[in-house]
Amino acid sequence: MTKTTAASFIKRLPIPTLIIGGFWVFILIFGVTQGLPLSSLLTDTVRRFGMWGLLVLAMVPSIQSGTGPNFALPVGVVCGLLAMVCAIEFGFMGAGWLTASVIMAIVFASILGLGYGKLMNAVKGSEMTIATYTGFSITYLFCILWMTLPFTSPKMGWMLGSGLRNTIELGTVNANQIINNFLAFDLFGVKIPTGMLLVVFGSCFLVWLFFRSKTGSAISAGGMNPMFAKAAGLNVDRSRIIANIISTALGAVGIIVYSQSFGFTALYDAPLMMAFQAVAAILVGGATAGRSKIIHVIIGTMIFQGLLTNTPPVLGRAFPGTDLTEIMRLVVGNGIILYALAQVKRGDK
Amino acid sequence: MLRGLDKSKVKAFLFDNIVTIIFVVFIIVGIIASSELPLSFYINELMARFFRNAFLVLALIIPVMAGLGLNFGIVVGALAGMLSIIAVRFFDGGGIVGLLICFLIALPLAILFGFLTGKLFNKTRGQEMIASLIVGYFADGVYQFIVLFAIGGLITVAAGHPMMIPGGVGILATFDMGAHASQISEMSDQVPGLKYALDWIWRLPFSPALIAIAVCILIFVIVQQILAKRNPAWTVKKPWVFWLNIAVCIAIILLGVYGILFPRGFLWGIRDVPMVTGMVIIALCLFTHYFTKTKLGQDCRSVGQSQHIATVSGINVDRTRIIATIFSTVLAAWGMIIFLQNIGTVNTYAAHRQIGMFSVAALLVGGATTAKASVKNALIGVVLFNAMFIVSPAIGRLFSGNEGVGEYTRSFMVYGVIGLSLGLYIWKGVKAERDKNLL
Repeated sequence: MTKTTAASFIKRLPIPTLIIGGFWVFILIFGVTQGLPLSSLLTDTVRRFGMWGLLVLAMVPSIQSGTGPNFALPVGVVCGLLAMVCAIEFGFMGAGWLTASVIMAIVFASILGLGYGKLMNAVKGSEMTIATYTGFSITYLFCILWMTLPFTSPKMGWMLGSGLRNTIELGTVNANQIINNFLAFDLFGVKIPTGMLLVVFGSCFLVWLFFRSKTGSAISAGGMNPMFAKAAGLNVDRSRIIANIISTALGAVGIIVYSQSFGFTALYDAPLMMAFQAVAAILVGGATAGRSKIIHVIIGTMIFQGLLTNTPPVLGRAFPGTDLTEIMRLVVGNGIILYALAQVKRGDK
Repeated sequence: MLRGLDKSKVKAFLFDNIVTIIFVVFIIVGIIASSELPLSFYINELMARFFRNAFLVLALIIPVMAGLGLNFGIVVGALAGMLSIIAVRFFDGGGIVGLLICFLIALPLAILFGFLTGKLFNKTRGQEMIASLIVGYFADGVYQFIVLFAIGGLITVAAGHPMMIPGGVGILATFDMGAHASQISEMSDQVPGLKYALDWIWRLPFSPALIAIAVCILIFVIVQQILAKRNPAWTVKKPWVFWLNIAVCIAIILLGVYGILFPRGFLWGIRDVPMVTGMVIIALCLFTHYFTKTKLGQDCRSVGQSQHIATVSGINVDRTRIIATIFSTVLAAWGMIIFLQNIGTVNTYAAHRQIGMFSVAALLVGGATTAKASVKNALIGVVLFNAMFIVSPAIGRLFSGNEGVGEYTRSFMVYGVIGLSLGLYIWKGVKAERDKNLL
């Protein structure tokens, strides 16, 4: 019984998902034949899945609202970075640091998300292009801020001169892998970062629940058919703003989860290309530029990040001295975005 | 009443040219902030950058005409140029012949790439700009696969080639274009490379070059005016514009004469002008300008205005769009070769990355929009955009005592400008639509 449902489930997956998924499985099998332990490959995958989970989940509200994938993910990311940096500056440690960061991140993201949502309403029809440049611009705007804001904590500054360091160690505030290590255990040699998985799946559940609420279904309806939603008395513009605030906030909290697992907070141009990986992941999972589900986030992040994280050790062993990860990220990631763009049906102008 | 009208006119002017105005203000502040530098520094920097970049920016105009928007996908064309340079340098090609071979190899490659990109744009109708950006990244990945892995990995090459990574797989991160013939002493057996292969064919000192260019423009303006008066289909320029053009040309000629008479005057220290590069750029300007008057150009414009009406009037819309993309891609490939022969060393994995972004930003700074771009926009844009690049470290120093800030300010301006001008343009369209619906 379970076998047939699994088979029918796989059959319902879109072809690109199957191809990229098959590729990942191939890399795993190839890795095992090369003598790499499967457990270490899967440990990497699970960890990367947790790191990217929330950032990819941030795509769901914006896609559902009809704004398209959130190419302006850096807006959320810089909010999260600013929150983390502020929390260090104010002297928080460990769990206190985490709580303070998350609260501040959500506050910052709500403010910037509101502005961003309004911007998206002003440029209807070309949201994706404008979102991309909003993301790029804000990344560099914050580069200027990282250099000029008057932070004084010695944990973050250079020995000489002003400005924040490119990467800030979270070990100095006892926050290295703080979520990962919560209830972490080993399963057949695979390290399970329980805390991080709980956060990811918990957030997925909350977003799922939200889209069952009145506001949530209004957002979906507005994204599916704005004219119809308007005729039914829904305020589509307001829905889109709410969706983008949620998306930005998920991005902000997402980078905190990402950074604590990474062990560092990466500032400056680190957020620049993050949006493309997140967009690619949800599209790999089977979402389109107009419709997405939580399951797309889970499948897509698993396959895409799994592929990216398992490729270097496996191919590195097969072809020493070459690193095809960057190439893989560019070709697979942007290939799937192009595929999705080609599926968008637009009328003649 | 009259004052109110003027006010709204001024407001509209400011609104329509906001990006250009921001840049002009930024540059003026920057020049004041770094006033200790001599005039020749600015002119040399600006001139080098102008001749390096103008061709690439001009490559963007035809797709805008055809309604494809700003083609960030010129990166794909630039990659065709890089591949042809790699091919020529691999066999130690150089000099004018080597350069021509580069252009020749780039042509079919760019036509193929442009054809594929154009096909993609037809599939992603309405989202061409984001598609063109992503296709640039995608092509970057494929290019890296070829250059970093396939050369040496799949295709065997002679071991120990100076361009290869010591392991024998992949091209080095930077390689040299080779020295220009005039830099090589007669005793050495070194063969000339591609560096300055175009720029140094014919150079003129700055002042005579100014006079030569001004005289050419003067003749062009006068001939155009005479032809326009005879041919009723052409629009005659307003008399004051005509006389202003003539006055500016004469002023430049006088400046050139001053430079020749007083070689140690304030024009002292300015480098020679690469005349052939200049001619190539002028030729492309003329080509782009008169392209609109051909059948194909007219087709492009009607496709750009309305694909529906163009289809009804018997134009093959998809084909026209593909041809426009091919034109842009080929020009970008050649533009990249011109760019690199001036730089002299090739950053194998990075030289092409910013090409699309910077060229588009330059065009927009010159006053172009998604739907309208001209040679004038491109030329003004190249000057303003590169002037911004030159003064931005000074701005950083002025506001925070840190040149790094200037560098980030520069990147912020690049992306901000693209976002702002695209956003304003779309917002205007959305607003016009809403006003129409309200009426």
